[in-house]
Amino acid sequence: MHVTLNGELTDIAEGSTVAGLLEHLQLHRERVAVEVNLDIVPKVAYDGHGLADGDRIEIVHFVGGG
Amino acid sequence: MTTQKDTWTIAGREFTSRLMVGTGKYASFQQTAEALEASGAEIITVAVRRVNLDRSKESLLDYIDTKKYTLLPNTAGCYTADDAVRTCRLAREAGMSDFVKLEVLGDEKTLFPDNEELLKAARILVKEGFTVLPYTSDDVIMCRKLEDIGCAAVMPLGAPIGSGLGIRNPYNLRIILESVRIPVIVDAGVGSASDAAIAMELGCDGVLMNTAIAGAQDPIAMARAMRLGVEAGRLSYKAGRIPRKLYANASSPLDGMIA
Repeated sequence: MHVTLNGELTDIAEGSTVAGLLEHLQLHRERVAVEVNLDIVPKVAYDGHGLADGDRIEIVHFVGGG
Repeated sequence: MTTQKDTWTIAGREFTSRLMVGTGKYASFQQTAEALEASGAEIITVAVRRVNLDRSKESLLDYIDTKKYTLLPNTAGCYTADDAVRTCRLAREAGMSDFVKLEVLGDEKTLFPDNEELLKAARILVKEGFTVLPYTSDDVIMCRKLEDIGCAAVMPLGAPIGSGLGIRNPYNLRIILESVRIPVIVDAGVGSASDAAIAMELGCDGVLMNTAIAGAQDPIAMARAMRLGVEAGRLSYKAGRIPRKLYANASSPLDGMIA
């Protein structure tokens, strides 16, 4: 299925969860925040939050800034 | 007096260092870490950005002890209240802390704050339980409004972000200092250690800077200079300077002159 991940159209496995996607991307869940269709997904919900075709996903983290 | 404890608090959290530093624009994460160490800062700002899905997974936080530093995520690059609020919510989820440096910019050339959007965002964020530290114009009316909304501090600019022009309007800062009860932190404009000292001598509670350190030829040395500048300025403020006079006042006694 296709989702928009950080602005890029991306193909991910059917039935993926937020937790599964982070694992696939090798990202630490403690260090990121995830938004799906403009709603923040709390960290405790990563395992249970299924992704759907067409979802718009943002994964952000902290970078250097002033 | 010099050995007395001189801590300050933001929203009930106590800090010793009055220098807050940014983590942007350094040559490497290693250099960032060394500059932070040399600065003695306890509060450091970070930005919230999309993870890069193509590149190395190396991250700033691999180099920073998050138990040692209080992270202050910013909303840099946001031009509307909606974008700033969205960024703060993401920052809280990423960092599990309510502290945010709220900036809502009005213009790319000056990076001056959009006061209308800033107030709007501050109201929403305070209601949602954030500890809001807003970057604002050096305008006492704005600062009072931000205090009334419930912000934890105000952070008036000394000069445009990254300009290094120093404290352009010390009189405005003095009026702000007399008019609000929450901490006043000069955010932006500092270029050198003497600028930082001037801000502190005015009685400001702290100074926040990034470019002045990261952009210096030797950022580690400048980080130390800024630390000393802030400490010197603070001590000078507390010690109470002599009044300015137009004419001389001899330091050596007039009694006992040989002729």
